[in-house]
Amino acid sequence: MDLKLGHYNKDGIEVVDVEGEIDVYTAPRLRELLIDLVNKNNYQLVVNMEKVEFLDSTGLGVLVGGLKRVRAHDGSLDLVCTQERILKIFRITGLTKVFGIHGTVDAAIAAKQSEK
Amino acid sequence: MATVEVAFTPLPAHVRTARLVATAVARRSGVDEALLDEVRLAVGEACSRAVEAHRRHCPAEPVRIEMTDLGERFVVVVRDSAPGAAGTQPAGASAPSAAANGASVPSSADDDGAIPAGFGLAVISGLADDVRVSSTSSGVSVQMSWPSAVATA
Repeated sequence: MDLKLGHYNKDGIEVVDVEGEIDVYTAPRLRELLIDLVNKNNYQLVVNMEKVEFLDSTGLGVLVGGLKRVRAHDGSLDLVCTQERILKIFRITGLTKVFGIHGTVDAAIAAKQSEK
Repeated sequence: MATVEVAFTPLPAHVRTARLVATAVARRSGVDEALLDEVRLAVGEACSRAVEAHRRHCPAEPVRIEMTDLGERFVVVVRDSAPGAAGTQPAGASAPSAAANGASVPSSADDDGAIPAGFGLAVISGLADDVRVSSTSSGVSVQMSWPSAVATA
């Protein structure tokens, strides 16, 4: 399946909903969205990956790129992910140490607000 | 002779097709269902790397995949025709946490250089229990294999 992207603001935090497959073909669209959000001064991001069916290293690159962009503005990018197949790729690449990974969007937002 | 061979134009859009074919052939070859996600991801990574190498060096040449059922092993070989392509060196395979450590070698994965070259190979090495990367004057081949049951059908 293709990639579906959406985003909304909740409690001052921009939540990005991602659905489908993030790979070498679709990842540029996610990158463009993250760049666009940062360019519009959204530096507190949560990427909801609960409906992501596939993620490869290109997708990881986009997420790391997004993280670098928001950190340049003292922001943060957290993930929502409970799927073992997706979590596995974060574990084998060591990126679980880089991203805050939460079980729900609400938990991710609460964690961000507690950091403020 | 391989069980199934696929050659495709080096476009990102075709990588999904390649990994779906590999997953289907793996299933037919008796690879355990629990390993199919690993096959899908590893083959996708190898094809993404090859596509990127071809787009830089030889966009008119197809990327080739050979999938072979050897009875007890299911073997996939992804071959490119781009000798010396950036990001194809297997050295990256030994540093799967390179991104976490702040490495910044530019790669097509992200314009920011957030992910180092060779990162895809590092992911493959973390997924397949048998990975061999060989670089020759005619290109790079990535061979991966997984255990499979002898087909009973």
